[in-house]
Amino acid sequence: MQPFRNHTGIAVPLLRDDINTDQVAPIASMRQLKPDYKTMLFARARQRDDGSEDPDFVLNKPQFRNPGILVTGQNFGAGSSRESAVWSMLANNILVIVARSFADIYRENCLQNGLLPVTLAPVDAETFEARVIAANGAAPFTVDLEMQRISGPGGADIVFEIAAADRMRLLEGLDDIGLTLKHADEIKAWEARMAAAQPWLQTAREQRG
Amino acid sequence: MPRTLFDKIWDAHLVATRIDGRDLIYIDRHVLHELHAPHAFEQLEKQQRPVRRPDLTFSMQDHTVSTQPGRTDETNPDGAAFLRAMRAGSKRNGIRVFDLGDPQQGISHVVAPEIGMVLPGATHAVPDSHASTVGGLGALAFGCGTTELGHILATQVMALKRPKSMHIQLDGKLDAHVTSKDVALKIIAELGVAGGRGYVVEYAGPVIRAMPIEQRMTLCNLNIEMGGRSGFVAPDDTTFNWIKGRPWAPIGSQWDEALAQWRTLASAGDAEFDSEHVLDCSNLEPQITWGTDPGQVLGISGRVPDPAGASDQSQRAAMESALAYMDLKPGMELKGLPVNRVFIGSCTNSRLPDLAAAADVVRGRKVAQGVTAMVVPGSSTVKREAEALGLDQIFRDAGFFWGESGCSMCAGGNGDRGKPYERIVSTTNRNFENRQGPKTRTHLTSPATAAAAAVTGRITDVRQLLGGNA
Repeated sequence: MQPFRNHTGIAVPLLRDDINTDQVAPIASMRQLKPDYKTMLFARARQRDDGSEDPDFVLNKPQFRNPGILVTGQNFGAGSSRESAVWSMLANNILVIVARSFADIYRENCLQNGLLPVTLAPVDAETFEARVIAANGAAPFTVDLEMQRISGPGGADIVFEIAAADRMRLLEGLDDIGLTLKHADEIKAWEARMAAAQPWLQTAREQRG
Repeated sequence: MPRTLFDKIWDAHLVATRIDGRDLIYIDRHVLHELHAPHAFEQLEKQQRPVRRPDLTFSMQDHTVSTQPGRTDETNPDGAAFLRAMRAGSKRNGIRVFDLGDPQQGISHVVAPEIGMVLPGATHAVPDSHASTVGGLGALAFGCGTTELGHILATQVMALKRPKSMHIQLDGKLDAHVTSKDVALKIIAELGVAGGRGYVVEYAGPVIRAMPIEQRMTLCNLNIEMGGRSGFVAPDDTTFNWIKGRPWAPIGSQWDEALAQWRTLASAGDAEFDSEHVLDCSNLEPQITWGTDPGQVLGISGRVPDPAGASDQSQRAAMESALAYMDLKPGMELKGLPVNRVFIGSCTNSRLPDLAAAADVVRGRKVAQGVTAMVVPGSSTVKREAEALGLDQIFRDAGFFWGESGCSMCAGGNGDRGKPYERIVSTTNRNFENRQGPKTRTHLTSPATAAAAAVTGRITDVRQLLGGNA
């Protein structure tokens, strides 16, 4: 995984709650094993009924064509566990999402892929959203994970909190499987213990009397 | 300290705590599906990492499979590449595939319990958000993404932050034709689509104890629709009787040992939860969604709410958008609204009792003119059992399509979907915009309510249709 230290980009406001992964990555754009993740992002919302581009959708506006930071509401990434809803962000160089809150599985998928999920304190979120709207894509914001700060037009730096473990994992781009396999002996020991204590959990196959 | 059942299962599966503070939780049963697993196989092979426990890992072909009789890989042309990649990747890694034509093929969340693969107190992972369906048996299940799925393949553990615990007590007694689907929709309406975020939910109370296993699974299936990390019901004699004799369930002395262990699977009476709720289910009527998220719910006799009464600006905007998408007006009744399409199936409501409840409504009636109606059993086993009971004939005689098992119209990954602007009554789990086809308008209900809509051509109170006392 690529380490994440900081990211500078245009912040695009998509200030709605409960945006689900069906919206982020519609299943209709996942029909191939190797789909185009770049065009997948909000593919449905980007289009009008006749298939033409919807000029009112925020990501279609000229100033937000190449954003680096998505700013959104509560419970972002609800619904399906599809990781394409993260990969389609990365394919568009959106490496930070600032949301009022994240759905659990979506946030995990972000951390697995070096996409920084930021949740601000409510008062800071309001300030930041207002600054993003005011900036209107004219100047970029920088999100610095080492300093835990967001800087950009319209005011002073905003500090954000993130669990130390999540921060370390992103900063170092840690290999998650490698980290776990340091405990390979304990996994093996657990399996041996369970095979003795509850053998039905360590075998999974048809039983014959 | 007195422990909850969640604590007990978690602690029993805790292998180690990683340097970053995450708990490594052993996964007893890992079930994959073809939409996501091929990517994970490829990732692992690039890293030259083997699958640690292929004998505890199973591949299910469910998301992209056609529901047409005599189906092959190509019947859904978009699915063929996924099905083949799944087959090949599973073979390379020594993983059993529940493939097209396998008598036990079906939706993973239906198959794993019905063959006795998943057991009380076991942990279970699926790269699918509805993994917690098997919570109905007292198993602790987690949905995950594709990278996490690769992590489980390589290590057989998940690296998790310990979730908080929630207790939902369901008091009272359900009326006739009111099911756990209605209870679940009511809970989501009350707690909101993010109300369960960060929590593992234990469902309890007299309503649960009286509830058949299949309905418990429906309830746990919908736990994700309020954002819950996982959800389950403590097992009881109903559970043990349901599992006994299933093909993969323990037998002989191991059954006795397992049963003794399973009887310890309950929260201590004085265990503390991080959050507690109580819902009185007496007099609950059949529920139906009116909007575009599973929390926008009405009783069947209710009226569409007015955004003017919304608690904040964001909620008002969401309601206005939902009303426009669904072509509804505040204050109107849903009852009587014409319906174009009815779908009975999905991991939420495709088990045998679901189909039987729908068949009871359909028997002796016809699908209303202009309505397209389909039933897709959740597994090949359910299909066979339903056919043995003649349920397929009841549906076919009425004019329903009777399909081969799979996820079908729930997410439309196999090409089964509605047409733009159709009003659909569906027993699935998500009424999101465009979920069942571009511009489709989905109302989520129980199987009986969906069947009533099919035969009347309108959104209907099934209790009135069947001459009940509503």
